[in-house]
Amino acid sequence: MPTRDTQDARRTERLRSRRAQRARETVIVGSLLACGVFTIGVTASIIVLLARESSTFFAREEVGFWSFVTGTEWTPLLGATQEYGVLPLVCGTLLVTGIAALTAIPLGLVSAIYLSEYAHPRVRAMVKPALEVLAGIPTVVYGYFALVVITPAINWVWSGKDGGLGIGPMLGFEEGFGTYNALSAGLAVGIMCIPTVSSLSEDALQAVPRSLRHGAYASGATRFDVSLRVVVPAALSGIMAAFLLAIARAIGETMIVTLAAGQSAVMTLDPRDSIQTLTAYIVQISTGDVPAGGLEYQSIYAVAATLFVMTFAVTLVGARIRNRFREAYA
Amino acid sequence: MRRRIVLAVAAAVLASPLTVADSGLTGSVRIDGSSTVYPITEAVAEEFFYEGYRDVKVTVGFSGTGGGFKKFAAGEIEIADASRPIKATEMASLESAGIAFIELPIAYDGLCVVVNPANTWADSLTVDEIKRIFLDGSTVETWSDVRPNWPDVPIELYAPGTDSGTFDYFKEVIARDSGAIRGDMSVSEDDNILVRGVAGNRNAIGFFGIAYYLENRDKLRSVPIDGGAGPIKPTHETVEDGSYAPFSRPLFIYVNAASAQEPQVAAFVDFYLENAQELANDVGYVGLPNHIGMKVRRVWERRETGTRFLTDSGEKVHKPLRELY
Amino acid sequence: MSRPVPLATRPIGRRRLADRAFKWACALVTFLSVGALLVLLGAVVSQGLEHLDWDFLSTGPSRRPERAGFHIAIVGSLWLMILTALFALPLGVGTAVYLEEFAPKNRITRFIQLNIANLAGVPSIVYGMVALTAFGRFWGLLSTKNPIELGDEESFFYLRLPFGNAVLTGALALTLVVLPVVVIASQEALRAVPPTLRQSSRALGATRWQTVASVTLPAALPGIMTGAILAMSRAIGEAAPLLAVGASLFMLFTPDNLMSQYTGMPLQIFNWAGRPQAEFHDVAASGIIVLLGVLLTFNAIAVFIRAKFQKPLQ
Repeated sequence: MPTRDTQDARRTERLRSRRAQRARETVIVGSLLACGVFTIGVTASIIVLLARESSTFFAREEVGFWSFVTGTEWTPLLGATQEYGVLPLVCGTLLVTGIAALTAIPLGLVSAIYLSEYAHPRVRAMVKPALEVLAGIPTVVYGYFALVVITPAINWVWSGKDGGLGIGPMLGFEEGFGTYNALSAGLAVGIMCIPTVSSLSEDALQAVPRSLRHGAYASGATRFDVSLRVVVPAALSGIMAAFLLAIARAIGETMIVTLAAGQSAVMTLDPRDSIQTLTAYIVQISTGDVPAGGLEYQSIYAVAATLFVMTFAVTLVGARIRNRFREAYA
Repeated sequence: MRRRIVLAVAAAVLASPLTVADSGLTGSVRIDGSSTVYPITEAVAEEFFYEGYRDVKVTVGFSGTGGGFKKFAAGEIEIADASRPIKATEMASLESAGIAFIELPIAYDGLCVVVNPANTWADSLTVDEIKRIFLDGSTVETWSDVRPNWPDVPIELYAPGTDSGTFDYFKEVIARDSGAIRGDMSVSEDDNILVRGVAGNRNAIGFFGIAYYLENRDKLRSVPIDGGAGPIKPTHETVEDGSYAPFSRPLFIYVNAASAQEPQVAAFVDFYLENAQELANDVGYVGLPNHIGMKVRRVWERRETGTRFLTDSGEKVHKPLRELY
Repeated sequence: MSRPVPLATRPIGRRRLADRAFKWACALVTFLSVGALLVLLGAVVSQGLEHLDWDFLSTGPSRRPERAGFHIAIVGSLWLMILTALFALPLGVGTAVYLEEFAPKNRITRFIQLNIANLAGVPSIVYGMVALTAFGRFWGLLSTKNPIELGDEESFFYLRLPFGNAVLTGALALTLVVLPVVVIASQEALRAVPPTLRQSSRALGATRWQTVASVTLPAALPGIMTGAILAMSRAIGEAAPLLAVGASLFMLFTPDNLMSQYTGMPLQIFNWAGRPQAEFHDVAASGIIVLLGVLLTFNAIAVFIRAKFQKPLQ
């Protein structure tokens, strides 16, 4: 028969253990919060590091912020005078990104429309996971494709090498594609982005409520009409977000361009030329001259800052578009 | 029981690759520097491993001669590969870091000027023409700018970057101490990239060590250089006897004198010097002739520090290897 | 949007034709895209199969393509993956749990959320640069010339501060890269747990943490594990941050402690692919087959977990 004493004892024990438990829980929750704070620390580190090193770089007398941002010569590794105008690298990055976007966006969007609006559920069940797997292929593999498969193929079609078509000379272009060229790398980056564009666009299309489609069908529209004139406009914000994500990935892509695009920082829009992107330059210096201190070494921070600003801007615009144009469906 | 098996398998996988009886020497030998010398050092490291020194951790990088010397001065590596002798500024930074070094030539290299095999017109180049093409301020944009009877197609240039000893050496020969090399070229410390660039572009011209040319002879064509005595092709013989002028040069390794006392570093350098001639030839460079090789080995045995290519006041000594050794 | 749906103005037959043509065009494009990728993969596999044998998996790299092997790279990748998992998973899942279960819905929380979304878009090479400065050089506070050494260089428990070009630095760089992925995937898994489960647990008197630990986390576990596996696949395939952080491209030994130098599968492939000799391309293709094989296995495990353990939570 529980006496008063044992009841008291048990109650104190319960209170004490509950207090201990609360203390333990506070510690646990505190450590979880610390994890969250760590992610802020990461962003802070990136910004602090890039800002600090870049400002040291700009403070050097050979370089100036304005000449960096507007200069069209990038020759840190050569020449009597080292020039640090970043535009050639930016131009190279944009050229590759442009080609990639022209490849990935149409192909990805059309695939998404097919999978979302037309495909048989069993086809969807097969193709979607296939795309997911393909999205996971490491970029170094795409770099290998670009160098070993795409460039020879381009040469086969354009210059007629190994008994190919030789479209280039037929059209009057004598100059062919070298081993390193922007088109190869751009195509590889684009192919890499197709699964991403496709699955994100498809998610956006799927998110459009059925009622809109049904309404359109009820008015006598065909699937073609419905897809292009109802669903796609309705999903536009999500689709644009998908495009911008792909563009951000293309801007930040490193391995493909390092292997296939080349090492010459020149301002050109000719896809046959060998160019150098912002990311490839960072790799070139990182694998060459890592001991800290030199001017060339500090330049990679300014280049990385440029890269960060570009991808951040694209990501921000993507988020803004997604929020602004998101249709509110009840 | 199953857990123990799993752990054992995991341990076996994480441990070193399948080994056989080995020397018992442990420790690390860190090497970095010239990408020209890299193929020789890589070959030595590989043969060293299979010789039985499987527990010595050898790593070889190819940051470029300049980058290698910087790491050498920072104490990050024991051996620096170099495709040119040490500079006065580098020697000064080593001195202030308190690092004594042993300079060991290990092979000859011929700096090849190469073009694409589809280039049928450039059958030779004079040193002057090379200067006109490559010097800073050059107005040469097409092959016809070099010689009027050559085709009027744009000339594509591929060159090693400033961290490369090959670049320094080329600049020294072409520009001497006065000039500089032009800036609008495809530049890389990685000679493989240069090879691919020239091999893939019919209007290209590039330069790098003879080993990279010989290794890729099916994709490239070397241009005979006319140094005043008629066009000479770069071959083993012309590089060794010096007739391939002015582009024959020695290749070096620089060993940290303090690290040389460590048994694994000493064993590695011993092995290197013993096999340098054979492996250099194997890789495509020109092994040092026996008499020079023996003198170099004596320098190593005595652990003589310092360089023979700079005077006490820091001036460069422009003498060929066979006179200095 | 209240734009009226355009009514049919052309004859129905023509419109049905356009519809069918469009459908076939779309299907063609889709299968071409997937087909192009499969063709590229097929090219790689056919090139690399010949060189792929037990020797390839058990020897290290070589200057001769016939002798070149993938063993060192495989072991290096294994080290990297295990270390990355040790750091990224607790940090990532912890952050996700905090954000979903404990964080008050205020500005700070939204800021953290937005921050993570932005981190997901940062190019991976930037993470390499940050890891080099933060972990490889300790922000310059400690010198690499005279590092603080704890323990014997040969033993398993050797530690050297700052880390320099150690396998630990590489793993930390990869941790930074995959952390946003783990957080986002874990958050989605936690969100998928129906609120009724949490509510019933709280109704029985459990505290928030007890609910999370005994009810929510176990329910979300399959989703979290899938996310973790996909994050690890991403980590294995990354080469750019490792290049920035000082990984080696030629070595004949495997790491034996946290401070060892290292290499990885994508790095070795990068090295081989970059060589001009065609034989090395075949070796690179063999390496790609191994890498893709590993990734495919990971994907299969993730799919299996999703299929088997994702019970409908009603």
